[in-house]
Amino acid sequence: MNRLDLTRTRWTNFLIRNRWPQFLIRAITLAGFIFTILAGLLGSVVGSHNFAIIFVWIAWWTALKLFFIPFGGRSWCSICPIPMPGEWIQNGGILQPRGKNFGLGKRWPKFLRGRWLQAGGFMLVGLFGVITLTSPSVTSIVLLIILLLAFVLALVFERRSFCNYLCPIGGFTGLYAQAAPVEVRVKNPEICSTHAQKSCYEACPWGVYPLALKSSANCGLCMECLRVCPSDNLAVNLRPWGSDLGPETKHSLDEAFLGLVMVSSALMDSAIFLGPWGQLKMAAYAIGTGSWFLFAGLFLVIALMLVPGIYTLAVWIANKLGEQKMNLRKALAHQSQVLVPLGLTAWIAFTISFALAKFSYVLPVVSDPFGWGWNLLGTVAKPWVGQSTLTSMLLQVIVLALGQFWSSRVAIKISGSLKQALPMIVFSAMTMVGMLWLLIG
Amino acid sequence: MMEELLSTQEELNHQSLQTKWRLMVLISQCALLILFLPIPLVTPKPIDRLIHIDATSFQFTPAEIKVNQGDRVTIEFVSTDVVHGISIDGYDFQLTSDPGQPVTGTFVASWPGMFRFRCSVACGNLHPFMIGKLWVGPNLILIRGVLLGILAVVAAIFSLKKSKVLKTGKTS
Repeated sequence: MNRLDLTRTRWTNFLIRNRWPQFLIRAITLAGFIFTILAGLLGSVVGSHNFAIIFVWIAWWTALKLFFIPFGGRSWCSICPIPMPGEWIQNGGILQPRGKNFGLGKRWPKFLRGRWLQAGGFMLVGLFGVITLTSPSVTSIVLLIILLLAFVLALVFERRSFCNYLCPIGGFTGLYAQAAPVEVRVKNPEICSTHAQKSCYEACPWGVYPLALKSSANCGLCMECLRVCPSDNLAVNLRPWGSDLGPETKHSLDEAFLGLVMVSSALMDSAIFLGPWGQLKMAAYAIGTGSWFLFAGLFLVIALMLVPGIYTLAVWIANKLGEQKMNLRKALAHQSQVLVPLGLTAWIAFTISFALAKFSYVLPVVSDPFGWGWNLLGTVAKPWVGQSTLTSMLLQVIVLALGQFWSSRVAIKISGSLKQALPMIVFSAMTMVGMLWLLIG
Repeated sequence: MMEELLSTQEELNHQSLQTKWRLMVLISQCALLILFLPIPLVTPKPIDRLIHIDATSFQFTPAEIKVNQGDRVTIEFVSTDVVHGISIDGYDFQLTSDPGQPVTGTFVASWPGMFRFRCSVACGNLHPFMIGKLWVGPNLILIRGVLLGILAVVAAIFSLKKSKVLKTGKTS
């Protein structure tokens, strides 16, 4: 099965099962999160001199796309500080559940389930992205709202409802975790089927029953199931990339919508942040003005009509060319798997171009996080302007070509024939050429 | 009989693995050729060019410039509002202009490709995204990228050609 179970090695097993390492990392990320909010609110209004902007949008956002997701799936979710305070209240304890559950523990409304709200949240990030990315106080306010929202929702609803249904980053990491080389899975299904207590499901903050886990999209890698399983029947596997993508896996329409929003956002962000169109940037920045409404209209037309329209057409043709026809709704969901490698590699290529040129800002803000003229670690120096080098362009080309290879393979695997896969291959080629043109054209 | 069948199966598996490796090596070689093979181009005779660029928060006008490889390019740069700068990725070229004060600088466009030029003086919130594009000669890296994309599709098809996937639609 090409899997390597990390719980079989003594030290990785210790790191996974013991609550302390994870707790310590989360405590650090929580402290960093609060410090970031303070820096954004109290520090310099110049984004490039403020810890909040540089650490959130250059360091963390880059690490998420270049490291956490491609190598660890939802590994960021396992150390994310946002749900921590709410979870402490829910659990009645800080390190582990104490059996005293506070909060109303209501179930999340059925009509709000799925990834629709996460996709909407990600679109909002795109619509207000330019102001959020450049204004430290706006970044802090957004982080504060997210922290409070997660806390309040934890008091009203059961488990990690905010992460499951609202967090745009959770939607992002969840979608692309399907392509990642890490999974939590049951070792022996028979042992689970005879275990009546289902302690793993009871302990899971994500509301996932490991025996039914077929995709890593909803598993936050918190490792609680491993810690409570009385039979040591859960494994943390390293697996081949893209293991959750195939003809047998189940996918839903909200996943297709989320995937399309992500692809559209990658294209739009490349145009706004890396393109030469000053008027587009100004329009995206001038919130509330006529030009911003024009920009928002353009953004929504691309994200909700143009890209989904081309995708629907490709799926419809693919469905017509196949021997076994399925209804369009099912076909849209099934073919959404192509969007996973496509979107992931598009975001990686964008990040290489966007963030690596700005990385020189990171060390100075470590020494002077508020932009108040400090030089705590002696790393304050005038940051260089930042350049796209030939190496970075070649890397972008290679990443996009890998994305084309991967998404074409997925299209062929999940289709009945090459003929049926062709429309999806053409769709992914159009996206890739669009990204190439925006990034290096 | 059974042993013979097993040995034939093993041999087939071995051959299939060998074919896969050969295919991978061949595709990698093609990819390297696409990326790095020098392409002889007929370049027009280099000329002197004078290009006037205005900088206003947060855009350059013009923001898209095309020159030929080898051209001697003189940039006349002027800011129309606050202090702005211009620097070109990959070139040792940088100018700073106070409002209404034109400055000029010259460079030889020796390197072909697409290069972003950026504002080099912090000028406001959108400063990091004040960007223009300079094309020197044909954009070969874009052409190489498209060709690599085509190779990627061919590689994907061939990598699954002999597997059950293309016959039954199920992963092997």
